[in-house]
Amino acid sequence: MSAVTVFGLCAAAAVGLGLYGLITNPQPLRKIIAFNLLGSGVFLLFGVVGRRGAAASIGNDPVPQALVITGVVVAFSATALAIALVLRLFQKAGSTTLSDDAPPGADPSLPGG
Amino acid sequence: MLAPSPTLDATTTTGGFLLVLSIVVPVAGILLAFVLGDRYVRLVAFAVIPIGSAIAVAILVALPQGNGPLVYLLGDWPPPLGIALRADGLSAVMLAAAAAVICAVAVFAAADFSPATTETRAPFVFWILLLAIWGALNTIFLGGDLFTLYVALELLTFAAVPLVSLEGRAETLRAAMRYLLFALLGSVLYLLGTALLYGLHGTLDIVLLSRRVSLEPAALVAAALMTTGLLAKTALFPLHLWLPPAHAGAPSAASAILSGLVVKGSFFIVVRLWFNVMPGLPGFAAAQLIAALGGAAIVFGSVVALRQERLKLLIAYSTLAQIGYLFLMFPLAFGASGRLESGDALAGGLLQAVSHATAKAAMFLAAGSIYATLGQDRIPGLGGAGRMVPISVLAFALSGLALMGLPPGGAYLAKELLLQAAAEQGQWWWAVLLQAGGIFTGAYVLLVLTYAMAPADRQTTLGRAAPRMGEMAALALALCSLLLGLMPWGAYLSIPHGDASDKFDLATISKALAPLLGGTVVAILLGRWEPPLGYPSRWTALLVAVGPVRRAALALSALVERGDKVLRWWPTACICLLSLAALFAASMRVAF
Repeated sequence: MSAVTVFGLCAAAAVGLGLYGLITNPQPLRKIIAFNLLGSGVFLLFGVVGRRGAAASIGNDPVPQALVITGVVVAFSATALAIALVLRLFQKAGSTTLSDDAPPGADPSLPGG
Repeated sequence: MLAPSPTLDATTTTGGFLLVLSIVVPVAGILLAFVLGDRYVRLVAFAVIPIGSAIAVAILVALPQGNGPLVYLLGDWPPPLGIALRADGLSAVMLAAAAAVICAVAVFAAADFSPATTETRAPFVFWILLLAIWGALNTIFLGGDLFTLYVALELLTFAAVPLVSLEGRAETLRAAMRYLLFALLGSVLYLLGTALLYGLHGTLDIVLLSRRVSLEPAALVAAALMTTGLLAKTALFPLHLWLPPAHAGAPSAASAILSGLVVKGSFFIVVRLWFNVMPGLPGFAAAQLIAALGGAAIVFGSVVALRQERLKLLIAYSTLAQIGYLFLMFPLAFGASGRLESGDALAGGLLQAVSHATAKAAMFLAAGSIYATLGQDRIPGLGGAGRMVPISVLAFALSGLALMGLPPGGAYLAKELLLQAAAEQGQWWWAVLLQAGGIFTGAYVLLVLTYAMAPADRQTTLGRAAPRMGEMAALALALCSLLLGLMPWGAYLSIPHGDASDKFDLATISKALAPLLGGTVVAILLGRWEPPLGYPSRWTALLVAVGPVRRAALALSALVERGDKVLRWWPTACICLLSLAALFAASMRVAF
């Protein structure tokens, strides 16, 4: 198994785990972490893509690296914005559940976010 | 439409600098506002908005003079190494529509978000976000590279999410959070598709990619992932969990922007992806699937809209239905070769997007004035609005007529083009849905107007008087939408000649009445009626007469509303998203 295949499989695993976490976790903070895992999987895939380009002709395709750096910046700002929202929501409502009909102060671990 | 020509594409064209300016000007405004601080932010916005609008008009004028799209190569590096900005007919039209809506919203918000009115930071943030949304939208309309589009899409989301929670109440924060998380999921899927496409073809430039894309499994998966991700951001049924609370909870000026413009951003990228990047890839089955979702959105969104008690929620659900309307053009755009062609169906879809952008923004602004004056927006409590805020009620009615597709509105022309395409293709089922969309729109507009024109049942004005300028802005935008059908579209979209002029004979007027009549019937059957005081008893008698049918219809619509609750549950929506991605990949495969 070549390095590219291994990394490709790792990327797929990270994407799968991230998706699972994003769907099943009710707490927003865990959803944000799952989103970051999902994003890392995609960035790893960009790395694999750049590496595969290397096998064809050039040393190591630099474009995917540039794309990944931009993507990391975007994911970072998304995380910052999401965390700010969660903090604000906690200050306002005393809980961070996302479900509409939960009364303020309800148990945040209830499903339905 | 102007076809992208390969020879012109590798160089910057004359007038290309306009494209950069249209992105740089709003961004410069944001930076300037940060430097000058709270007190000057409104001044900066009012300086930037006319300049930006002038640039949009200049692009509109410059485009037909050259042959081919306007192109600007950043740093003079040609693709695939560099990034190109391109403006074709679609971009120019959308740029102009965005500028018009931004102008009207700015005038409306001038009173609401003046720096002196509140001690919070909301006004400052609002103006910054308004400019940010404008810059991001212009980038989406002009970006010639899938990754640039990704970044612009993210910028748009990051600017739109805080707008939702501008008032800082817990439920709006919750709505913003759900919006952000679901949008992020969508954009990650889009990015995943981009990575796959880059791995296949070594470029993300739209023109280069359109020449290289072929029917490979990986390309199909990429197309399916990108499409689904964008649909999640556009809130096409059944991926709409975030839309109603977000659009209804935001301040009115923000709702107008969110509903009118922000959802059009991701819709525009879907159009770019399907028509410009891979016209041969999504086969007949995939196009039928995307339009079926649109059709479901029309029925579902309209039925739930008729059951809402609050005006802003009704408008939000109506947005859901109108988004579905936008996607009906995809199966009608197939040419004889089995590829998507930029013909009259695409022109109709784009026109629909533009007229919805203007009309829905006008509707939210009018609802904002009504809300401010009455102090509440419960639909049964709207009595007396017709006397207290006549201009806003008129703006609401006119934008409703425009949405229904009455001549000479843009939506009317769009509907005619789509109906024509449906007849040519022999796909009569979409023609039925196109008519149904107009009828449903008629129903909820009539429902609201009936209550608004009723006499007041109490002698109180709880809120403050709505500023006259804001009301006029809504009216101007509604009129703009209603007159869109008279504009010379031929230079930008491929519209068959003569279609725009001959439409005031008796046949068209009688055809236009159909949505009104059908809408009345639907409104009587499905609407929430708590007969307002002061209405003649004949009205109650009518409701009693249609009692049994109405009870059955209401039971059905209650079922639909319960279905909506289930679909707006986070795990259901996410599973819908993943299954849609799989379905799209499979249906694109089926066609070949």
